[in-house]
Amino acid sequence: MEAALIPNPKDSNATILLMGLRRGGKSSICKVVFHNMQPLDTLYLESTSKPTNEQFSSLIDLSVMELPGQLNYFEPNYDSERLFSSVGALVYVIDSQDEYLNALTNLSIIIDFAYRVNPKINIEVLIHKVDGLSEDYQMDAQQDIMQRTGDELLDLGLEGVSVSFYLTSIFDHSIYEAFSRIVQKLIPELPSLEHMLDNLVQHSNIDKVFLFDVNSKIYVATDSSPVDIQTYEVCAEFIDITIDLDELYIENDNNNSRDKTNRSKTHSEAAVKELKSVSHLSNGSILYLKQMIRGLALVALIRKESVTNDNDVEDNTDTNSNNNEGNTNINLDSSEKSLTVIDYNVNLFKESLMRMWESSRFTTNTNVQTNLP
Amino acid sequence: MSVYPIDPSSGKSSMRSIIFSNYSAFDTRRLGATMDVELSHLRFLGNMSLTLWDCGGQDVFMENYFSNQKDHIFKMVQVLIHVFDVESKSINKDIEIFVKSLTNLQKYSPDAKIFVLLHKMDLVQIDKRQELLTIMMDKLQKISNPFQFKLVGFPTSIWDESLYKAWSQIVCSLIPNINQFNSNLIKFNSILDAEEIILFEKTTFLVISSTASIKQQQNLEKLQQSQQQNSRQHLASPNSGGSGGGAPSLGEPQMHDSPNEELDPKRFEKISNIIKTYKQSISKLRTNFSNLIIRGSNGTNFYLDILTANMLIMIVLKTQNEVEANGVEIIQNEELLVLDNIRAARKWFEKIENPK
Repeated sequence: MEAALIPNPKDSNATILLMGLRRGGKSSICKVVFHNMQPLDTLYLESTSKPTNEQFSSLIDLSVMELPGQLNYFEPNYDSERLFSSVGALVYVIDSQDEYLNALTNLSIIIDFAYRVNPKINIEVLIHKVDGLSEDYQMDAQQDIMQRTGDELLDLGLEGVSVSFYLTSIFDHSIYEAFSRIVQKLIPELPSLEHMLDNLVQHSNIDKVFLFDVNSKIYVATDSSPVDIQTYEVCAEFIDITIDLDELYIENDNNNSRDKTNRSKTHSEAAVKELKSVSHLSNGSILYLKQMIRGLALVALIRKESVTNDNDVEDNTDTNSNNNEGNTNINLDSSEKSLTVIDYNVNLFKESLMRMWESSRFTTNTNVQTNLP
Repeated sequence: MSVYPIDPSSGKSSMRSIIFSNYSAFDTRRLGATMDVELSHLRFLGNMSLTLWDCGGQDVFMENYFSNQKDHIFKMVQVLIHVFDVESKSINKDIEIFVKSLTNLQKYSPDAKIFVLLHKMDLVQIDKRQELLTIMMDKLQKISNPFQFKLVGFPTSIWDESLYKAWSQIVCSLIPNINQFNSNLIKFNSILDAEEIILFEKTTFLVISSTASIKQQQNLEKLQQSQQQNSRQHLASPNSGGSGGGAPSLGEPQMHDSPNEELDPKRFEKISNIIKTYKQSISKLRTNFSNLIIRGSNGTNFYLDILTANMLIMIVLKTQNEVEANGVEIIQNEELLVLDNIRAARKWFEKIENPK
């Protein structure tokens, strides 16, 4: 167990505490999200016996601390007070396929303790293993758990505490979605990031844009339009495909070992070497990926270019006199043009991201001003 | 072309579903037992049509194949793909059936090509796999020698890329004008000066041809010629495609190892696998991809584009590290140039595909 982390303003360090009763699925969540383990393989995980720590460096440095389910935190020799005062978020995992009444009692005791020590703590509840339940039952379980938790907290006189609930499973993308939201709450620069992404979307004909952490497929920010889980999945898989292909042709001695640390490159890399991939889809949309700083990648789904509504594409004076394949040519040309604009805007975004990172304290004038070419 | 059975659930239909119907390996658990013979017709490369006979492996059907239906089943067979399950408890019975089908083949289609797939290899320890394959292929080749057949064997598993490797080779052996594809590909490569160019079939993503494998074959042929001049005795190198009889070929008539050893020898199958994953991923948006351009992290650029109605092309280029003041623009132009080149190459490849 490490000493208390006092979050310093220079380097926003956040700790996420993962708690819950035994066999709730905490270690599986860690393995799947941070180590790319196959969900089926997590069946064979041993019971966790001592607290483990995941260091995970993305836009902010996170550490995820997993506490064994069978510990009693309120023994006098256990320094739980210092522990709770240093964490940014408490994630409590409830097994939805089991009797959860004990878990709820345990949860309210923990919330009571943590909240008195550290009133700024974010409390997140994962209603986990919902893959085995029917839709109706999921809803009922969520209602029931929310109701009971609310009652328990009222009895303890803590009605001011806000608790967020998520339905999760490691067999689909819901766990990534939940973790994305949890991590986002710990990023102080989030509002300005979102504002920058909104700006980018507005000026680049983009449908949806994500700022992904490449290793864990957690997105640290997205624009303000609602997240559609299918788009999220496609974007997350697009990262994998790009990196897998790229790795095949990297000539080093051990190109067979998939060294995950290679994946996140520092921004000291030359700009020429940044990974970028573009894929045109047959319905006219474009998938776009560009490497950013600190192991992040920007992935965007660019919608179909409507030829009439090109207010952001410069009026081109040279008319196409290519008859034999005029149609495809015009399409290609216009999409190339819009890609050039998008490239330019994304580069601006990246620069401001770097500036924002260097100044580390969020100031209002880092908002990107996209000047159109 | 027939996929031919050994015992129930040796994985024949799973293979077919993965290669030809876009199943993921995980989805194949839902497949039931194949009843009797399931025919599937596939168009491959436009003018080739494959008829896949997936023959169910239960004893009842088996008896039937070798008695009442034998002339129906074994007539006009171009390829026999015989699937052995490495887990099988009754090896002797499996071999007995293999002999039966060889006997029938010799009678009805003596020119058939025979491929043996040792399937479910993922259940064997990694360091034992090659040994097992060698032992098995030696044994089977001995058995099939009296019938004048030459076997090509592959270890396969639906959980890795080995399946693509095996099927690529099987399907390539059926393409009549493969040499034209190869010569055009070499020409195209000399124009582009690419690291590597690979041709894929569009629906299955099986590798049809690649510059590395063509070079490999040419080197092999040269090597063989010099060997034959040097020593009068007939050297059947295990990798020579047409050495005719003798040693079993371990499924490397067309080795995909490129001359530069640093690259992953399994990369072709892996690429097939990756592109297929991508296609499945994109299908969530109810669309397909038309091209993919990746500017890699160490100066490698990838271009994946549609070449003809039935082929995809993948070009791997190495860019020289020129640090220009306006480097971005130069790369942009290069991308357009490559895409233009692909467009120009289209008509040549279309000509080969549909010879008038």
